[in-house]
Amino acid sequence: MRITVNGQVREVEADPRTTLLDLLREYIGLTGAKKGCDHGQCGACTVLVDGRRINSCLSLAVMHEGDEVVTIEGLGTPDHLSPLQAAFLHHDGFQCGYCTPGQICSATAMLDEVAKGWASHVSDDLDRIELDDMEIRERMSGNICRCSAYPTIVAAIREVADAERLAEAAE
Amino acid sequence: MKPFDFVRAETVEEALAAGANGGRYIAGGTNLVDLMKLQVETPDKLVYISRLALDGVEQIDGGGVRIGALVPNSDLAAHPLIRTHYPMLSRALLAGASAQLRNKASVGGNLLQRTRCYYFYETAAACNKREPGSGCDAIGGFNRIHAVLGASASCIATHPSDMAVALRALDAIVVTALPEGGERRIALGDLYRLPGDTPEIETNLKPGELIVAIELPAPPPGRQLYRKVRDRASYAFALVSVAAAIAVENGVITSARLAFGGLAPMPWRSAEAEAALVGQPAGTDAFEAAAGALLKDARGYGHNDFKIVLARRTLIASLRDLTA
Repeated sequence: MRITVNGQVREVEADPRTTLLDLLREYIGLTGAKKGCDHGQCGACTVLVDGRRINSCLSLAVMHEGDEVVTIEGLGTPDHLSPLQAAFLHHDGFQCGYCTPGQICSATAMLDEVAKGWASHVSDDLDRIELDDMEIRERMSGNICRCSAYPTIVAAIREVADAERLAEAAE
Repeated sequence: MKPFDFVRAETVEEALAAGANGGRYIAGGTNLVDLMKLQVETPDKLVYISRLALDGVEQIDGGGVRIGALVPNSDLAAHPLIRTHYPMLSRALLAGASAQLRNKASVGGNLLQRTRCYYFYETAAACNKREPGSGCDAIGGFNRIHAVLGASASCIATHPSDMAVALRALDAIVVTALPEGGERRIALGDLYRLPGDTPEIETNLKPGELIVAIELPAPPPGRQLYRKVRDRASYAFALVSVAAAIAVENGVITSARLAFGGLAPMPWRSAEAEAALVGQPAGTDAFEAAAGALLKDARGYGHNDFKIVLARRTLIASLRDLTA
């Protein structure tokens, strides 16, 4: 099958039972996306497919023929961190770091969802969102952190969200 | 995971042809892939349908909306037609799963997801739904999340969907395509079957029948709400949920639609509870009467006895909010 990962077209041959997560880790060698629960409950495997965050452990690779996948490796590099990667460092948004790639991929797409005007379970108004800490927590509830670094994860996301809003206001 | 053949369908016709030969449809796969890993589900053939052109949301005659079966849950929740005219549906979708799952899960797949009964998931346990005739370890076991309405001596599992509860309150119609050709229209309440002594048969869909759309009639009068009570604030299944649309004129309830999640093997609708409200002054007496009508046949199995009390209180709180 053919799949684009982090901008690079890949031709991969894999058993139909292979999940997208296993394809990325075992066949393509991108071990940023992590296998936590392998049942869609922890979010460590979160990647972006055609710009949307999904659990790569709950999707078969063969369901992604022709799709564009972005993993944590595609968001930034050690020399050129994405804004969220830099903010997680700045705020110490992790302890062991195992959930971090999933957290950052998830937060990246989450900010896009907010920009599209998607409400959440805690939004009072389905048509108007104020991205307070409750909103961030609700929207990130699919990503679990066993070390419980939640306060600093929220702070990191908050910093990037606020910076994006300021940049928009300045335009 | 057991080996399987994988077929990519590009059109409804291709899907139906593959589905007619014992293929199992897969779209988002968020529930089916999980069950296949655990070998609770062991299909010989998967028919991948996500590329079919069934992802539109459009207005239809009579003021209703037609929703393609492949619309992702997140897109449906955010759609202007849904959040403006059917807010209980947006709310129900947003109360379910996580953002990652909602991005992948389709409307049709959400309707057909399987129960989260622990014993259904645990292949070493007895479960009539997974292995007919093996018994039910939930009865007499850990059954905190199980049904208090509509269950049977064979199975007390609940249907886990939030979305389907709102759709039931909204009188949704399920539109299907049949392998032999033609379409069928099924009221959502008639899609599901109660377990009786065949809990392994959960719907009235025929082999190879494919859900292509959901149609909602014009929105019900009055205000709408979806209220979900669960063990944690986010990303958990309902212990009890209420989808309600209530209209009040001059202090008297003129229209009531009530559906419930977490209580039964299917999204539950109670005509008696609705009848107990209509024509009555909006107030505690009518709310109590509705709760009484809903729960008159409710039966707990030990750990889930609390659901009967919780359902009554959740319904009354919901009605109070909607008529305040």
